[in-house]
Amino acid sequence: MSADAKKRRRFNPDRDVRPWKGAYVPYDILKEAFVAFLAVLVLILLLAVVFSSPDEPAVTLKTWSAVDPVDFAQTAITELDGSSGTASYGPPYNSTPDASQHMGFFEPNQWFGVHQPIDTAQDFVITPLRTLPNQPLTQAAITLYQHASPAQQTAWTTAYEKAVANATDVNGRLHVPAGRYGPVGIMVGSLTNMAQTGGLDGTLLSEGQFYNTNYTKPLLFLADGSYLADKADAQHLSGDQWGMMNETGNYPGQAWLWLYTMWYQVSPMNSSTNGDLEVWVIMMVLSVGLIFLPFIPILRSIPRWTRVYKLIWRRHYRELASA
Amino acid sequence: MSIDTGTPAETIPPAAPPHPSESHQWTAKVRHAAESAFPPDQLLPDRQPAYMASWIYVFGVLTVVSLAWVIITGCVLAIMGPSWWHVSSTGHFVNSLHLWSVEAFFFFMVIHLWGKFFMAAWRGNRRLTWATGVISFLVSVGAAFTGYLSQQNFDSQWISTQAKDGINSTGAGAVFNVLNFGQMLMWHIVLLPIGVLLIAGLHVLLVRRHGIVPPFAEGGDDTAGTVDTAPTPAGEPA
Repeated sequence: MSADAKKRRRFNPDRDVRPWKGAYVPYDILKEAFVAFLAVLVLILLLAVVFSSPDEPAVTLKTWSAVDPVDFAQTAITELDGSSGTASYGPPYNSTPDASQHMGFFEPNQWFGVHQPIDTAQDFVITPLRTLPNQPLTQAAITLYQHASPAQQTAWTTAYEKAVANATDVNGRLHVPAGRYGPVGIMVGSLTNMAQTGGLDGTLLSEGQFYNTNYTKPLLFLADGSYLADKADAQHLSGDQWGMMNETGNYPGQAWLWLYTMWYQVSPMNSSTNGDLEVWVIMMVLSVGLIFLPFIPILRSIPRWTRVYKLIWRRHYRELASA
Repeated sequence: MSIDTGTPAETIPPAAPPHPSESHQWTAKVRHAAESAFPPDQLLPDRQPAYMASWIYVFGVLTVVSLAWVIITGCVLAIMGPSWWHVSSTGHFVNSLHLWSVEAFFFFMVIHLWGKFFMAAWRGNRRLTWATGVISFLVSVGAAFTGYLSQQNFDSQWISTQAKDGINSTGAGAVFNVLNFGQMLMWHIVLLPIGVLLIAGLHVLLVRRHGIVPPFAEGGDDTAGTVDTAPTPAGEPA
């Protein structure tokens, strides 16, 4: 093959262009940018003045336990007995077997292992309770629980779960029917009281140092309960309501996530236990496809076939026709 | 009394013309490459091809200036700290400007992207221009997402606790913890803005380098003949 042949190839209208040999017109690019800069300023000023921006206050463990102590206690017992969503989550929080989402042999969550280790019984219940001063009954209950056999612990937590299912909220105080749940009632009751005073928020956030910015533990505890989800549902933020692309109030939110959120609304992703991974794989394939679209036959021909360009360059084609 | 102010600027000899002996210099090579790739009249042109007569072209510059307002309002929020907008009416207003500049940025960018798609704007050695545009969109999505995580309100709580499942399913949760406010704030105000600015900057430079894509030829005669595969020469409109 000659050197000249190597430099030339057959013209492809979806890949190549003929050099423009037509007219040029004056165009002040900096002036256009400056006018656009001012125009956008006026636009966002108007939008900010008229619509402001949402700022729904954050939920705290204190407000949750005060507003709905029953839900808080029902969640706390699942943290203690290891049946909560976080306790059985798998990586990166713990190594629960078969918990990771997968597509056949593709199980990327397992590749990186546990990076933010969380033992819900210790981190969410026992360790915070151990920080409570002047509560010998609570400390004795913890000691009794920790020294009991696993079977005894399970018997206590199972009995408490049944009892707390019928618990009531009496003027913000948790009232659990009597049962054979040993020290667990005292532990969960103390944890509820601790949360209602605001002490649990600070304790879960603490990582043994003065400054903290990692909210992983309190957020996971909150997410294990129903209170946060119910509040989100009322704000049209649930997964089946196009989820997190929405925003509190009547704001556009992250509308650009519509395609990502859409996959959660359709089968099989909307009911699959591996739905998150399936959606992410789809989005990764689509994103890479969009980047490499100029190389993909058929797809790169769509603009020429749809002829929307005739609308964009209508003046050019009109002048060509008249010429 | 006179004061020695050092060598006057005028006495500094002008840059020597290119000399074969300079070819080994990194500085000379970079300067020559930059001058070759971006001659001034191409970097800041005062004329454009006549076919550039559509409102769709405005959305590119609107995207860039919206990004400028996103950065400006974000810098004001950064100066005052992450809690300011929750406790100050002025801060809340600046946050509103930041929010709406982001909404405007994405609105204009998506229209720009669709416009370029229907122009098949990757034609004529512009595939890298297209790719950098798409990548800057994807990185911008990440930057906006971490912004929502950094709000420190109910929205942040809900979005982070929902998003963790998707992120964790990919394994990325091991190093990108959406529940860690401090980490997300750093991604939002340092790492991702740097990424957006670098990629968007490269995208704009490539647009200036190759110019705007010409229209499809009428009548289907485009399919005839061959094409030179060499990149568009610098300084020559594409």
